[in-house]
Amino acid sequence: MAGAAVGAQDLQAWLATRTRWRAVEIAFWLACLTPYVLAPDYLQLASQIAIAALFALSLDLVLGYAGLISLGHAAFFGLGAYTAGLLAANGWGEPLSGLAAAAVFTGACGFLVSFVVVRFRGLALIMITLGLAQMLESAANSANWLTGGADGLQGVAMQPLFGAFSFDLWGRTAYAYSLAVLFLVFLLVRRITNSPFGLSLRGIRENESRMTALGASNRAHLRKAFTLAAAIAGMAGALLTQTTQTASLQTLGFQKSADVLVMLVLGGAGRLYGGLLGALVYMIARDQFSDVDPQYWYFWIGLLLIAVMTFLPGGILGGLSRLLERRRSRAK
Amino acid sequence: MTGAVAGVLYDGFAYGMLLFLLSVGLSVTLGTMNFVNLAHGSFAMVGGYVAVTLMNRLNWPFLAALPAAFVSAALISMVLERVLFRRFYRASDLDQCLLTIGIVFVSIASAAYLFGTQQEAVRIPDWLAGSYVVGAQTFGIYRLFLIVVALALAALLVGALEFTRFGAKVRAAVDNQRMARGLGVDVDRAFALTFALGGGLAGLGGALAIELVGLDHNFAFTYLIYVLIVVSVGGLGSIGGSFVAAALLGVSTVAGEYWAPQTGSFLIYFIMVAILAARPSGLFGKR
Repeated sequence: MAGAAVGAQDLQAWLATRTRWRAVEIAFWLACLTPYVLAPDYLQLASQIAIAALFALSLDLVLGYAGLISLGHAAFFGLGAYTAGLLAANGWGEPLSGLAAAAVFTGACGFLVSFVVVRFRGLALIMITLGLAQMLESAANSANWLTGGADGLQGVAMQPLFGAFSFDLWGRTAYAYSLAVLFLVFLLVRRITNSPFGLSLRGIRENESRMTALGASNRAHLRKAFTLAAAIAGMAGALLTQTTQTASLQTLGFQKSADVLVMLVLGGAGRLYGGLLGALVYMIARDQFSDVDPQYWYFWIGLLLIAVMTFLPGGILGGLSRLLERRRSRAK
Repeated sequence: MTGAVAGVLYDGFAYGMLLFLLSVGLSVTLGTMNFVNLAHGSFAMVGGYVAVTLMNRLNWPFLAALPAAFVSAALISMVLERVLFRRFYRASDLDQCLLTIGIVFVSIASAAYLFGTQQEAVRIPDWLAGSYVVGAQTFGIYRLFLIVVALALAALLVGALEFTRFGAKVRAAVDNQRMARGLGVDVDRAFALTFALGGGLAGLGGALAIELVGLDHNFAFTYLIYVLIVVSVGGLGSIGGSFVAAALLGVSTVAGEYWAPQTGSFLIYFIMVAILAARPSGLFGKR
């Protein structure tokens, strides 16, 4: 953190500088529009990437900022996916209200779960998040009448977005829709993490007892962050259902939780753009390697993970920022 | 009814003993070195594939393949400890988790490449096959063998940690590393040996598991979750805790499959979450 002895005034100024948009960021978001021109055949993949990025952003909020390790984050993704899917399968095919309903419902579930989760740390926390997600998965698996079981949810029929843009086979609408939601949620998360509340979260991550000594109510902060992250994960799940018009049990599975964790850490946790970049690298790599030999794709992702953890702690963005710092200090 | 209960308890306890063998090594290394090793299931898979290869391709007898599985898994875990894990002893839990999940991914893909994705099976010797009948209930002999092996190993482990010089060094290194170093204990060597022992036990468990649950390339992932449940519920570093937790998990899994198959694994996770919510450090955990 910048200087220990800053006053409230300086803090406001510091937060304000953090909130300012940098050229790189603007370039990044503009680049997100280029698939329409450069790779129109890959828009379906691009929309999957945007959804994965939104999911990773949600995990970044709990793990990267608040420091809570969750191995069951897919539970919220799956809840959102099934909320949107069940609404659409039962005649409520309007996408935006479906998305909002998924966000509200998963947010409420997240709020309830957060009372349990914030009491634990370390291995107990990892196992409890994992256990809760597995419970949900096996419940969804046995509730055939509701979820369609192993076959997935059938009959998800989406109405056109704004009544005008229908979800086409090439993913033109899907990508625009996913990217717009990702961008809006990103703006919100960016604002939140650069607020005093975001600073408190980082404080809790770094030193919980010191934050208590400063008078922060840690558990209330963590609960808020967890609830918000659950709602965002639910939105990501809802987007997936709406753009692919199916919902499967895989959205709830352990594999999904592990995947998003790997994405976030590859990119760099606690950096907002880390999850986005990680999702991009992970999804493109999976697409490419799976074409060569789908079975062995995990070999490469595993090797990449080992290499990043050994040589590049802090992920791709962490490595980049260290490189920049070294250059800057050399320039001085 | 009593026959069915006895059968479920017997099968469940045997399954629990298998889980105990698979997880006790992780409990010891997690408790002593504080290293979250999710690749523990991969060591078990190494043992399993070594046993399959030796028995099916080279016609080794079953009892000779078991020590080979132990030794090869121990060697591999020792090499990994030297090359990779040692750098991560001071890293955060999350970093350790991710590094070792990377190893799990690599091991799964390698197993699929080397052995294919089909289920492997082994032929156990005749004196272990079959079952004996009490009343209307049949009890598999192989399961009895599993129980005996697990009980013997548990006794051996507790004895080794409690009553030998090596065990004393390990316990000293765990309680206070700096002090132990100051007194001339070679802490690195004690940890490396502990780690190899834990990996070897997993390998042995993997070889013994094939007859009961089969072996495929996803073994490292499938059993990782069970192993983690045993370790966290039992309490880190507690051999007795792992034993109790493994028995509990084994019996409740088999009972769930027998009496309430439609609930799937819901019950197991529910029990785990309930126990951890009441006792975050596990049934017998110290911290």
